[in-house]
Amino acid sequence: MMLKRNIFIFLYSVLFSSLVFANSGHLNLDKANVNVKDYASLQRGAKIYMTTCATCHSLKYVRYKEMAQQIEMVDSSGDILVDVVQEGLMYTGAKITDNVLSALNKNDGEKWFGKSPPDLSLVARCRGVDWLYTYLRTFYKDDSKLWGVNNITFPDVAMPHVLLNYQGLKGLDNDNSDHINLKLIQQGSLNEKEYDLMVLDLVNFLSYVGEPHQVERQRMGRFVILFLSILLVIVYLLKREYWKDVK
Amino acid sequence: MEKSNVILSWVDKRFPLTELWNDHIAKYYAPKNLNFWYYFGALSMVVLVLQLITGIWLTMNYNPSAEGAFDSVEYIMRDVPFGWLLRYMHSTGASFFFIVVYLHMFRAMLYGSYKKPRELVWIIGLLIYLCLMMEAFFGYLLPWGQMSFWGAKVITSLFGAVPVIGDWLMEIIRGDFNVSGVTLNRFFALHVVAIPLILLGLVVVHIISLHEVGSNNPDGIEIKKLKDENGIPKDGIAFHPYYTVKDAVGLVFFLILFSAVIFYFPTMGGYFLEAPNFDPANALVTPEHIAPVWYFTPFYAILRAVPDKLAGVVAMGVAVVIFFFLPWLDRSNVRSIRYRGIYYKIFLTLFVISFVILGYLGMETPSPEKTLLAQICSFIYFSFFFLMPVYTTLDKNKTVPKRLT
Repeated sequence: MMLKRNIFIFLYSVLFSSLVFANSGHLNLDKANVNVKDYASLQRGAKIYMTTCATCHSLKYVRYKEMAQQIEMVDSSGDILVDVVQEGLMYTGAKITDNVLSALNKNDGEKWFGKSPPDLSLVARCRGVDWLYTYLRTFYKDDSKLWGVNNITFPDVAMPHVLLNYQGLKGLDNDNSDHINLKLIQQGSLNEKEYDLMVLDLVNFLSYVGEPHQVERQRMGRFVILFLSILLVIVYLLKREYWKDVK
Repeated sequence: MEKSNVILSWVDKRFPLTELWNDHIAKYYAPKNLNFWYYFGALSMVVLVLQLITGIWLTMNYNPSAEGAFDSVEYIMRDVPFGWLLRYMHSTGASFFFIVVYLHMFRAMLYGSYKKPRELVWIIGLLIYLCLMMEAFFGYLLPWGQMSFWGAKVITSLFGAVPVIGDWLMEIIRGDFNVSGVTLNRFFALHVVAIPLILLGLVVVHIISLHEVGSNNPDGIEIKKLKDENGIPKDGIAFHPYYTVKDAVGLVFFLILFSAVIFYFPTMGGYFLEAPNFDPANALVTPEHIAPVWYFTPFYAILRAVPDKLAGVVAMGVAVVIFFFLPWLDRSNVRSIRYRGIYYKIFLTLFVISFVILGYLGMETPSPEKTLLAQICSFIYFSFFFLMPVYTTLDKNKTVPKRLT
């Protein structure tokens, strides 16, 4: 009985070891200066997401139509540019009112990657934008892995380096294996600065996806606090007037 | 007679409306020197109302099932008009509720408000606090995120430490062998119906008992001892309009802080809404670090400071229940800290420091040094209470003036 239990625990820990590693944040994360009011950046991020990530990763809480509206893919009168959205962002034959689902079958995902690629609607909220920004820039060549790459931020990650053609392939510098210090082995189509900016757009888009009403929230906050501040002055003057008779 | 007066007298013959208004508001005489610390009672009532209202609207769109809970919260956050606002108000409200209640309780400890004749006010207040803890605990499971699930699992498993009936008790609370949809459903029922009902009832009783004995004040002087020819305390002023208008200032100021959090820092860096809770509950993946929300962490740190599980649970329970005995542990002949001797001041300061440090340690991953620090702070925490009969007797108190200063 005890032995059986130990075997179970062992298998269990092997199975989820990658997740355990993934959660331990020993690494110094790079700061992602996201700005969800930068609509051009969000649109570029959406384009990258839909062309490279959405094949496997759904955004099940997001609808194309709302997304297009919120990242301002609209004409001067505020109507959604349906053709632009359909041509530029929609590759799955979905309707514009549909949710962003991936074409990948869940069982296939498990068979091909060992773990079904997770939905990323909330990834920016549970991992944080800094983590995402660092993670997408720390893939390195590791021939012992199925996809030939590993990741410093997320060791033994099941995902291949899908942005390889942009970044190029990097190799681990053994002297500094505990920190991000990777050397370029094979040139990609973007230089380092361009690649960082591209990842930043993508992370910015995921930050928007994690909380679509962020901009509205902050805009409303200004008015609420302004109103309350004026009210505070009025109420304070009222209080002072009443308390004049208290000796 | 004016028309409104006709209606009022019609009502008054059938229901004591004017009498209630006068007894509790217009002719309730409060000491004229109530300071900053006296805002938090009224504020906690406002937060309670906010929680009830936002809670009702959240319930309209929330789905209390293991399959639908997480999705419905995201539906509220994304698709329900102003759903994000309701949800943030509710989640921020939970933390602010504890902030104002802790400050409200600390006020009682500063000015000896629990001392005779206000023991019942204090005890009922503590019952409200216990309800609030339960309310927060049950509510935290509802988003059905990773931290909801594992937090509930850890806390319900504590009941398993009870000798003999432990396992049975744990199963009764969960309604299942593990935290599951069954648990979620019963926690939902308790969170939206049972506990709020008790909470509201207790708040009414708290206020009735307070108005029976009258408010304490920063001087700890009984204002009812000195009345004028009309029977009105010389140092008292009518609650309305003086304190309604003063509390209004405090309320608006509070709402500014509250709004700042809702609109600009809704997760408060992970303290009010924890990041792992944006990951749906998964019984197969344990989060690396399970910590309760900040308002429970002092007690959680005490639990972890004790090496034995059952002893830890007992220590945690005692840490909460001990507050009930405060009126009798305190042997001092003065109420307010203004007239107390040095010992009480030192012990109260140490108590506050240890409470804050314990709160911090409860959020951290344990290490040998941190556990030692938690043990030292727990020792100070309990010393404050257990040594109280001694140091409050030995204290050299100052003479209390006859009138408010």
